[in-house]
Amino acid sequence: MSDNKGFSHPYVPNAEPGIRQRLLKTVGVASTDDLYASVPDALQVKGLLDLPDPLPSEHDLRSHVEGIIGQNVSCRDHLNFCGAGCWQHYVPALCDEITGRGEFLTAYGGGTYSDHGKNQAMFEFQSLIGELVGMEVVGSPAYDMGAAVNSAVTMACRITGRRGVLLSGGISGDRLSQIRGFTKPVADLSSIGIDPATGLINLDDLKAKLTPEIGAVYFENPSYLGLIESRGAEIAEIVHAAGALLVVGVDPLSLGVLAAPGDYGADIVCGDIQPLGIHMYAGGGCAGFLASRDEERFVSEFPMILMSIAPGVEEGDIGFAWSTMQRTSYDKRHDSEDYAGTTQWLWGIGAAVYLSLMGPQGMDEIGRGILQRARYAAMQIAKLKGAKVPHLDGAFFKEFVVDFSASGKSVAEINAGLRAHDIFGGKDLSGEFPMLGQSALFCVTEIHAKKDIDKLVDTLAEVLS
Amino acid sequence: MSGKQSDFQAARWNEALIMELSETGARGIVPPAMDADIAAAVGDVVAALPAGARREKLPQLPEVPQHRVLRHFMRLSQMCMGFDVTTDMMGTCTMKYSPKVHEHIARSAKLADVHPLQGEQNMQGLLELMYRFNKIMCQISGMDEFTFQPASGAQGIYTNACLIRAYHESRGELAQRNEIITTSFSHPADAATPSVAGFKVITLMPGEMGYADVDALKAAISDRTAGLMLTNPEDTGQYNPHIREFVDLVHEAGGLCAYDQANGNPLLGKVRAGDTGFDMCQFNLHKTFSAPHGSLGMGCAAVGVKDFLRKFLPRPLVAEADGGGYRLDYEQGEGIDKIRAFIGNIPAVLKAYSWVMSLGAEGLRAVAETAVLNNNYMLKSMREVRGVTIPWPANNYPKLEQVRYSFEQMFKETGVTSHDVIDRMVDYGVQHCMPSHMPMLVPEPFTMEPGESLTVAEMDQMLAALKAISHEAYSDPEKAQGGPYNASTTRIDSDVPEDPDCWAFTYRAYQRKKGHWTSESRRKIERHSGGY
Repeated sequence: MSDNKGFSHPYVPNAEPGIRQRLLKTVGVASTDDLYASVPDALQVKGLLDLPDPLPSEHDLRSHVEGIIGQNVSCRDHLNFCGAGCWQHYVPALCDEITGRGEFLTAYGGGTYSDHGKNQAMFEFQSLIGELVGMEVVGSPAYDMGAAVNSAVTMACRITGRRGVLLSGGISGDRLSQIRGFTKPVADLSSIGIDPATGLINLDDLKAKLTPEIGAVYFENPSYLGLIESRGAEIAEIVHAAGALLVVGVDPLSLGVLAAPGDYGADIVCGDIQPLGIHMYAGGGCAGFLASRDEERFVSEFPMILMSIAPGVEEGDIGFAWSTMQRTSYDKRHDSEDYAGTTQWLWGIGAAVYLSLMGPQGMDEIGRGILQRARYAAMQIAKLKGAKVPHLDGAFFKEFVVDFSASGKSVAEINAGLRAHDIFGGKDLSGEFPMLGQSALFCVTEIHAKKDIDKLVDTLAEVLS
Repeated sequence: MSGKQSDFQAARWNEALIMELSETGARGIVPPAMDADIAAAVGDVVAALPAGARREKLPQLPEVPQHRVLRHFMRLSQMCMGFDVTTDMMGTCTMKYSPKVHEHIARSAKLADVHPLQGEQNMQGLLELMYRFNKIMCQISGMDEFTFQPASGAQGIYTNACLIRAYHESRGELAQRNEIITTSFSHPADAATPSVAGFKVITLMPGEMGYADVDALKAAISDRTAGLMLTNPEDTGQYNPHIREFVDLVHEAGGLCAYDQANGNPLLGKVRAGDTGFDMCQFNLHKTFSAPHGSLGMGCAAVGVKDFLRKFLPRPLVAEADGGGYRLDYEQGEGIDKIRAFIGNIPAVLKAYSWVMSLGAEGLRAVAETAVLNNNYMLKSMREVRGVTIPWPANNYPKLEQVRYSFEQMFKETGVTSHDVIDRMVDYGVQHCMPSHMPMLVPEPFTMEPGESLTVAEMDQMLAALKAISHEAYSDPEKAQGGPYNASTTRIDSDVPEDPDCWAFTYRAYQRKKGHWTSESRRKIERHSGGY
């Protein structure tokens, strides 16, 4: 289009030949080429890029793209029992309705006066998460839970002036990779041993490794393998006695029934909000949060935008503003120790809708329902020949390990067998935790009815036989 | 929206906080019913929880009936100025039309309800989409392989910093090569993320043309140089014509060059990072490629590299499978650690792919040229707005996609600041513009980027609004400083969010601290962050 013949397309109105000529004339140039005078000719593309033929018709485009993704089998076509960091829950219609609103979907950097509603929704997101985790400071969404853990443990190191980070040995390989990459220049990681019998962290090992170099101790509750830690207060006491800070990662959906980390002594809490009314989107639905007590030494280390409420000039009015941006990488540039930017606010708004709908009663019921269903599934699977549920006697939320080693079959074989019956099995742990043998992490949520669980168990029985 | 007078009135619902809508016992939604057989089989699971694990008191969430929750958030949505509603020319943000058909496609269970670990054979559509878009991005950028793992522009730039780190580490030179060079008008993330990755960062200041000159770069280069990370055009809309020389000098010194294409909209089909000599680049799919900005995300960066850096990309990568179809290659090799969980923000990839497929090669070029043409149309008229100047008068090149204007003259003559102008814009029914990123080297800055989506009438309305505000600044400066008047809320006490005794980021903190808002012992706040 370097000549001026123009181009007509619904998304680029001013490329239409007549309008384009009018604009060129107003600007006072003969061609758009003249507007690229600052770009050396040698660097300019000659001719057109080699791209597929376009589909300017919305119908044609839609049928092309739907044809591609139509090859996917969704978790509504199949029964899904895979979680491991991205979980299938029911997404209330209102969550989709609100996150689909064009006003939110296409808002961006507006401020106190232009995007008042977005800001209020964000303040409410922070407030609702604060109630769940028992903290007064919650930031706007992080990229995902791993990014939130990264921010949490490094801020703990800066606050304590120490480089050591102790991580529970029970976190996922991917999370460990995320933490390793991010903390590489500023922290030394080591791992707290796991008690094989309970799957929970070994307190003797924690004590032994809590040297004066340790600034942060991190564990997840429930753990990656679904196990519930009841010794939070004791761990917090041990960690604080050593002058370190305690960071706890949570599944916020569990907090209608499980204790709030802020109440048992956590200093910083993080987690993923995807379970709160956000579709999985093959992992695109993941988004994190970060929370702490309301102390300046914590707030000044938060990397992300913090939305503060403020009074309006007229009596009773409220407004919202981005607070203390000088702590962020927008201001600190080359002095930054963490970075801010566009993250996942739309999912934060979705989570705010979800928690507003659920209320205390809903969160209690869903937490209870997931505990019940997961336990029922684990009990039934444990009865199968060749399957063992190593932590059946312990407390677990939503996920639990099944060890198939005794069956002589690999998890890969078992999952292939389940898939043949339209079931997605648990995450294969054999690569991530070789000491667990041929084990899989099964996920059971509120969407699974008894018949669904029974179908899984019956099919497993068949596959194992 | 009127351009002549401020007769716009934003929705002003005075909507209470959701916590304040709570009435004991109200329900918004009921979770799935529990099967009696399961309940009987497992017993009281909550009572069976170990004491320290149980929540003693229910969380203080609001209790609100369903329609009221809907109305609450609908009202909040109405008090926003998203691109679907009105003109948004916020500079550095590349606001453009996000086609609705993409949203409708992306809502399908075939995307929304796919689990990232459900098995390659059951997500062939998703892998094909990523594979195809990878090829398209390689053609657009001149790179050889892409990852879509990073969830935002800043995370994409951070990924570039990690790739530079991995490259020098693999050659045993990281200890020596610990400096990254950037420019003051590149996005703050180009300075911040290499710092996070452990580098020392050198920032080149602009010369009289408004961009860093070659001598400044030469002075910064040494055997400690690990790489160059910058935007071009910079956030000023000015393209540095010496870019090829920059790249060559850094290469000669043994460094790598990363092209942050956050400002890539004017370059689509016109200039390619690969042809310019860069080793890697990143694009914001939620900006240039039309995926919606989502109130500040769901973002996604496409990070591309030349062949020799492919081995350092984070895993998994999408590859062709033996015997047809596609697979995820998890083989770690020398790949850097994971940037984001799983495989990236796939909905943004779908929307970006659909956008390119709708436009094609000719269309992408039309997008770039029209964005530049629209910007120069705005610039032509903005020169006539009283009190506005264009920095770096020595630079006579046309601007590309945006302009960093200055209201310094207006401020000197009337006392009205660019922040005042920005606040007042809302009264004309348009989204405000950003002043500038830090540091504010241009006094009273105002950064505007019209993009390719708007009509001439919409551009004229924005210009009329700015002219009206300028006229007001010179005729009634007090009024120009007091806006907005017709926004969704009245002006706030902007010291509160900056004061540790007053700020409140949650309802529980608000309840505890709001009493101090009217206290006489409030701290004096020296500095305000201003708009971003």
